[in-house]
Amino acid sequence: MLKSAISPAVQPNRWIRIRKKVWKSRYMYLFVLPGLLYFLIYKYLPLLGSIIAFKDYSVFRGFQNSPWVGLKHFERIFDNPEVVQVLVNTLVLSFLQIAFAFPAPILLALMLNEVRLEWVKRIIQSVVYLPHFLSWVVVVGVVTIFLRGEGLVNNLLGLWFGIESIPFLQMPGLFKPLLVLEVIWKETGWSTIIFLAALAGVNPELYEAAVADGAGRLRRIWHITLPAIRSTVVILLILRLGSVLDNGFEQVFLMLNPYVMDVGNVLDTYVYYKGIEQSDFSFATAVGLFKSVVGLILVIAANHLAKRFGEDGIY
Amino acid sequence: MLYRSASDRLLDTVNIVLLVWIAGMMFFPFLYIFSVSFSSMRDYLEHDFLLWPKTWVTDAYQYILGNNRFVRSVFVSLFIAAAGTLLNLLFTTTMAYGLSRPFFGQRTMIFMVLFTFLFSPGIIPTYLIVKETGLIDSLWSLIIPVLISPWNMIVMRQFFRNIPEELTEAATMDGANPITVFTRVILPLSKPALATFGLFYAVAHWNSYFSGLLYINNPSNWPIQVLLRQIVIVNDNTALLEQQGFVEAPPAETIQMAAILLATVPILVVYPFLQKHFAKGVMLGSVKG
Repeated sequence: MLKSAISPAVQPNRWIRIRKKVWKSRYMYLFVLPGLLYFLIYKYLPLLGSIIAFKDYSVFRGFQNSPWVGLKHFERIFDNPEVVQVLVNTLVLSFLQIAFAFPAPILLALMLNEVRLEWVKRIIQSVVYLPHFLSWVVVVGVVTIFLRGEGLVNNLLGLWFGIESIPFLQMPGLFKPLLVLEVIWKETGWSTIIFLAALAGVNPELYEAAVADGAGRLRRIWHITLPAIRSTVVILLILRLGSVLDNGFEQVFLMLNPYVMDVGNVLDTYVYYKGIEQSDFSFATAVGLFKSVVGLILVIAANHLAKRFGEDGIY
Repeated sequence: MLYRSASDRLLDTVNIVLLVWIAGMMFFPFLYIFSVSFSSMRDYLEHDFLLWPKTWVTDAYQYILGNNRFVRSVFVSLFIAAAGTLLNLLFTTTMAYGLSRPFFGQRTMIFMVLFTFLFSPGIIPTYLIVKETGLIDSLWSLIIPVLISPWNMIVMRQFFRNIPEELTEAATMDGANPITVFTRVILPLSKPALATFGLFYAVAHWNSYFSGLLYINNPSNWPIQVLLRQIVIVNDNTALLEQQGFVEAPPAETIQMAAILLATVPILVVYPFLQKHFAKGVMLGSVKG
């Protein structure tokens, strides 16, 4: 009550103050404007466009004129056994990545950290960082060339063991392990950077003191090196748990073929097939929105968890 | 120097051997593909395991470099990488600089950018917006929807914040307006950051295939990665048909391997420059502010 009573008198004043502030920083607004427009059009307009998840969107009627249908498409998500399968694939793949691809760079960083010859370390680093910069098309292309029917692996198996050609890329059981191996090959080296940085910050006196106390190499790794990266590991792991619904769309999409569709179709690729290939835009958007909302909740929860562990969190 | 016991030395040796083996695993696929792509059909068929070409043959390269579709795709990607990176840097630096100084509404805008990390609208609404803005089948669809990487922008902003305010003030005293300050003082000081993010952006453009697949329907405007997927992974030889001057095409295998290597060469060329900068660039990102 009181507020509304005084506001007419205060408001003009306030507007003038704001206008003055804005005018003072007019150049800053000029700098920000192009980028801001980009974010509004290509990041926030699609958010607004997500309302088609609540409509029966048709290309001919457009965003505005398509009829509202409430939660119809969300109900379709939950009584569709296909989606359950896709969700299971998504989670299983993520947990395999966390179990195998996540620890790999920690191990590699520990190994690199033990190398005393600086030039040897540098050469190895140059080589293991490189795969990160190759495209997924190249990586999956190389894997395809090696593993297909007339590829190198089958040739060698035939030559050495007389085994007939095995269609590795069409075997459902191999799909997820192959994906994990590809991620390990491509990203392990690159991911060591953050752990190596944490290790570079360790006070060398700690090692000297440990040596003076008679600690061997492995004891030093266990009591000094590992604790030094503990907090980095914890925060990265928690954040990784926050994005279990993301599997790396590009890679999965490239590896999919009709033979492995049942085990390989994950949320992102499912949205693509439903939306782009079958033009079921509203349903695909509903699935995407469901994924984003769950993802948001998971990331926020993960961040809270990180702070609980006494870490900084991401925001 | 610390005292090294026998077990220490054993540990070191095992460690180095393992690391060299790992590096070998990273390197081996390319050596093999390099060797096969330069080998003759006979060598390829007779030797199951070629780690170095027996006789050097450039048929596969001649074939693929003489192919209009392939060469055109390379140029499409080079154009995207060049024009895209230039625009990326322009938009990223201006926004980052604008957000590096406090002003009314700045915090809201930063939150808007950070929010995009947490919540993404998904591919379908984005696709529809790209369509509504008339970019489908235009090369701009590969540039404009990815004008700013929010991550790069935030790191760049951090970089600008670390430039001492006195420099800006001194230039302003001399009568420079903020735009002149930006172009004459800030940007020259930011060359390492510009180089780092320029290279990151360029690599991302060169490697991107999904937006090409999504937004470019006309195969003659495909970026190289989309064509590469078609040739190698989909194993679609028609993608490379129209070819003059070859009585008999080299085997599909060697062509595919040559295509992979050619699509990787630009990365290998910029890698040494990248490597000089990226550790710093990545670390900048972990500095909070």
